[in-house]
Amino acid sequence: MTKVRILIAKPGLDGHDRGAKVIARALRDAGFEVIYTGLRQTPEMIAEAALQEDVDVVGLSILSGAHMALVPRIREAMNENELADVPIIIGGIIPDDDKVKLEAYGVRGVYGPGTSIDEIVTSINGIVGTTDELGA
Amino acid sequence: MDTLAKRLLDGSRRALARALTLIENDTENSQTILRELFPHTGNAQIIGMTGAPGTGKSSLVNALAQAYRQRGKTVAIIAVDPTSPFSGGAILGDRIRMRDLAGDKGIFIRSMATRGSLGGLSRKTRDAIRVLDAAGFDVILVETVGAGQSEVDIVRTAQTTLVIEAPGLGDDVQAIKAGILEIADILVVNKADRDGAQATERALKAMLDLGHPVDRTQILDHHGQMMALERSPEPIDNASEMWLTPVVRTVATSAQGIDELLETINSHQAHIRDETRFDQLEGQRIQIELLERLQGDIISRIMANLPTDMLSELTQRIQSRELDPQQAVELIIQSQELAQS
Repeated sequence: MTKVRILIAKPGLDGHDRGAKVIARALRDAGFEVIYTGLRQTPEMIAEAALQEDVDVVGLSILSGAHMALVPRIREAMNENELADVPIIIGGIIPDDDKVKLEAYGVRGVYGPGTSIDEIVTSINGIVGTTDELGA
Repeated sequence: MDTLAKRLLDGSRRALARALTLIENDTENSQTILRELFPHTGNAQIIGMTGAPGTGKSSLVNALAQAYRQRGKTVAIIAVDPTSPFSGGAILGDRIRMRDLAGDKGIFIRSMATRGSLGGLSRKTRDAIRVLDAAGFDVILVETVGAGQSEVDIVRTAQTTLVIEAPGLGDDVQAIKAGILEIADILVVNKADRDGAQATERALKAMLDLGHPVDRTQILDHHGQMMALERSPEPIDNASEMWLTPVVRTVATSAQGIDELLETINSHQAHIRDETRFDQLEGQRIQIELLERLQGDIISRIMANLPTDMLSELTQRIQSRELDPQQAVELIIQSQELAQS
């Protein structure tokens, strides 16, 4: 029995985790296994949790506007952990220009305010379906 | 040798994480990997931790793991959380309480969801423990919610089982009913700085005094059946030969009592590692495991051979009171015997 495993983490210093919690709960209700790490995660902590938990996707909640500073560092830490093939998704407020730039760091989905849970679930399932299985 | 198993033995954390996933998903190659890793197991200390939600298990794991690290031991943690029976999803949040362990390569934390499989969880947890054992961790901490029989089974696979209680959770010993009390090698009263800690400790001690100390090398309860195992050659006439469950007070969040708890775990480990006792206890665990695996395999084989409609048809006949459930089981077994002859 295979389950989609997703890490939900909140990098950086802002303390607003309601969104991340709501998403975690909604993804659970959609049948995902959600590893929830909570607030104030450093890029290294996120990469380490993603490695140990062998997640299919890393989900970041970023409301602080610091995405262009945080995402490259998280990507780098993940690559150091042999996780170059694991996609990132972001929930938060991201300007369109930045969305394009973030693609270079393996960001495959960005969900702004007003995105429905169904849209997010469908999007994640699409992303997971297309990533190469590492296999044995 | 399977390349994943080889990379794991060479110390790749990515390979370790992937092997755990394959085991959870019960893939074909997980059996091969386990077979190859098995000769490399048997070295870790396996500590089970259970208790009602809110007693502070995750915080205690966090504090204990740090104490082991200070003593130079590497630590793997399996944290089990329940799968939602409605959606099949799960929120695995134990890492929140284990942030102090981040950034240490001597620590490996893995969250597992129960995935609601009948009896399959204890098998998967056992296999996950083996994988971490083969990866060379000195200590493996297994944390489960102490809510049901499957959790009891999981901790029973551990060598030393801690049952954790906290004051102020309603009735003093509400959560620690007979079953779970009996599996405890060490009872922990966590959050001991709170009001009522003394009362909780007293209640636990009173319950322990009521129970007869059982020599676990002699008798074993398996799915409600008492199995007597071969007696050791010399009868035990000395009560001090038996492990008497101690009660240890801790405050996990400030590491109070953690050193004492670790010493108590070490004395229990020393107690069970007495040569003949260890062999007997391990023999018991292996026997339980064999029976569980056999049960699981027989059921899945029968289910695979069962004609498609048979189960729903039998269910209807039971519902209409034409058959009783046991008769239906007999019919299934008969149909299997016919199919085989």
